[in-house]
Amino acid sequence: MKTRKYLLPVAAAGVLALSLSACGGGGGGSSSTGGGDAAANLDGRGPITYVQGKDNSNVVRPLIDKWNAAHPNEKVTFKEQTDQADQQHDDLVQHFQAKDTNYDVVSVDVVWTAEFAAKGWLQPLKDKMALDTAGMLKPTLDAASYKGTLYAAPESSDGGILYYRKDLVPTPPKTWDEMMSMCSIAKTNNIGCYSGQFSKYEGLTVNASEAINSAGGSVLDKDGKPSLNTDAAKAGLANLAKAYADGNIPKEAITYKEEESRQAFQDGKLLFLRNWPYVYNLAVTEGSSKVKDVLGMTALPGKSGPGASSLGGHSAGMSVYSKNKATALDFLKFLTTEETQKFFATQGSLAPVLTKLYDDQALVAKLPYLPVLKTSIENAVPRPVTPFYPAVTKAIQDNAYSAIKGEKAVDAALSDMQKSIETQSK
Amino acid sequence: MATELGPTPVKKPASGGTELHHAPKGVGEDNAIASQGKWASWLLAPAIIALAVVIVYPIISAIVMSFQADAGLDPATGLFAEGGPAGITNYVNWIAQQCASPGGGTVACPPGTLGSQFWSATATTFFFTIVTVALETVLGFWMAIIMARTFKGRSLVRAAVLVPWAIPTAVTAKLWLFIFAFEGIANKLFNTSILWTGSEWPAKWAVIIADVWKTTPFMALLILAGLQMIPAEVYEAAKVDGATAWQRFRMITLPLVKPALMVAILFRTLDALRMFDLPYILTGGSNNTTTLSILVISQIRQGFNVAAALSTITFIIIFLVAFIFVRFLGANVVEQQTGASKGKK
Repeated sequence: MKTRKYLLPVAAAGVLALSLSACGGGGGGSSSTGGGDAAANLDGRGPITYVQGKDNSNVVRPLIDKWNAAHPNEKVTFKEQTDQADQQHDDLVQHFQAKDTNYDVVSVDVVWTAEFAAKGWLQPLKDKMALDTAGMLKPTLDAASYKGTLYAAPESSDGGILYYRKDLVPTPPKTWDEMMSMCSIAKTNNIGCYSGQFSKYEGLTVNASEAINSAGGSVLDKDGKPSLNTDAAKAGLANLAKAYADGNIPKEAITYKEEESRQAFQDGKLLFLRNWPYVYNLAVTEGSSKVKDVLGMTALPGKSGPGASSLGGHSAGMSVYSKNKATALDFLKFLTTEETQKFFATQGSLAPVLTKLYDDQALVAKLPYLPVLKTSIENAVPRPVTPFYPAVTKAIQDNAYSAIKGEKAVDAALSDMQKSIETQSK
Repeated sequence: MATELGPTPVKKPASGGTELHHAPKGVGEDNAIASQGKWASWLLAPAIIALAVVIVYPIISAIVMSFQADAGLDPATGLFAEGGPAGITNYVNWIAQQCASPGGGTVACPPGTLGSQFWSATATTFFFTIVTVALETVLGFWMAIIMARTFKGRSLVRAAVLVPWAIPTAVTAKLWLFIFAFEGIANKLFNTSILWTGSEWPAKWAVIIADVWKTTPFMALLILAGLQMIPAEVYEAAKVDGATAWQRFRMITLPLVKPALMVAILFRTLDALRMFDLPYILTGGSNNTTTLSILVISQIRQGFNVAAALSTITFIIIFLVAFIFVRFLGANVVEQQTGASKGKK
């Protein structure tokens, strides 16, 4: 009798916990398709929110101020995320899962587009919501598309550049083999020959995909199925493995991310460096840089011409849960105007997505790497466009890492990569 | 548990004066006990509800999720569709390391999938736990003995020893990342060219060194608390009896510090079993330094429900280790206090 009385509140607590978990079960079960939402609110106008990672070089705020001055009834609020890509991704996922109507326009990394599109979170930019894409670089559009439909507006781009030492290399190499033959120059000068980013992280996916794509292979075929058991893919990955084995890639490069490799190049310890355009400014302005006056830039080396860079950058997508999609579409258009793109480039050193800006003399004077970057991006291949990107990049990283270090034969590594992607894309 | 809670408050008013237990029962005392007990349980209810919400609910929710399949891609639309119930597939994925085969059925998870790393991650986690806890115990004991002595500047030493522990783990990891970089201090100092984060054993030792540096102070502090409970007279008596320093350590210090030591080891073991930030930042989990927690976090980005299964497995593993500690190795975290209070009576 006594016991029962004491148990009552305890039982109440238990029931509460159970009912809470019942509610949670539905929410935790992840997304179903948002078919109804994609057709709703297409004509809605009103205030919207733009979500993007940390605005380090202060480009977004002036742009939004400008927009707000012209659209007093459709003001844009800026929601700033952290500067960590993983955290930005997780933040977006959480808000999409909660069907948050306040995340109207979101900035998505090129590698997330397919995942968000397949989850039904991004508004397809077709029919009434179509965007004028004439004049945009094709690889940036490919990276923003999923199954032939555009899901986001290319906002900024990025591509790999081969930096080299002008004082030591008379004519820059056009192909991988040419570059490797120049490694004797590095040996006589007692420095390392080539490096990219070979630490086991996203950068390795970038570098390994570049090697495979540049040799004529591809990670995924047109249907999104892995296609790594090919001679071309093998030749590509073998290039890296061989260069590492015979010392053309210094052994410490296996620990390099972007910054470590830039540091090594700036300290004069490398003849060739594959890296992003951001290196240029630092290498010519930093006091400690030993390559200030001898910095050369060219397109990545390929099999018989320019190599296939991996594509970086961001696109702006519209949430299917947005209430003011007409305004959101106008804002997407605003982000891709020539004027805005120019502002991105001059203020934030962000590579434009409009082809003609790369030939703009005033812009080239400011950002001398633009012509090289244009070649790079024109030949660029988006990293595998797949909704299973986290699994695919993991498969590439693990196996490419073992192959480059020589712990696993290139054949076996590629076949494991292939199998890993197959078992996880379902 | 609820029934035990009842009588406890009744004792309090009695403790001041007469012994209630032996006195004959007064009229209406049963009712008084009952209503007081009821009061007590109502007063406890908010705490229990809070515990249910923050502890019971997430655990149950994770277990429920772990039996659901992750959303799969509908080949016709190219969109994700609800996964539905999965039975024990998610657990099979980890424990048997079986992944879904593209042709239907399952195959052994190929290298490059998270599923293929379960047992190696478990082994790595236990390896890190055993080595770091052993080193931390020995070094922590040594530091505690030094700190327990009276000498000039003792408080300075105590404060200095605590510094590594006060630094956030993520910062520690970055710090050691710079030290262990190829061009970093470690290689410069010893004039070596070891790829600390680029090959298996150096990477493991890098994690161990950083972890020991960081958490030995915690160990030292807990052991110090235990050491200071030992009365000085015991040592004096032993000295008078002619015991050597080693005998005093073995026969007095060790047995008397054992309860505190076991609790310290238990805490550190449970902590080490869920090690995440150090290896994640230092090596990114490469070269066989992936721990169970790193595996869970990586899996979350690929599918919540499979990750829920792994975190449930991790929970059970840690629970079992804690159980073994408390049950068989005498690490009494809770009962120690009741024992002590009984002793005082």
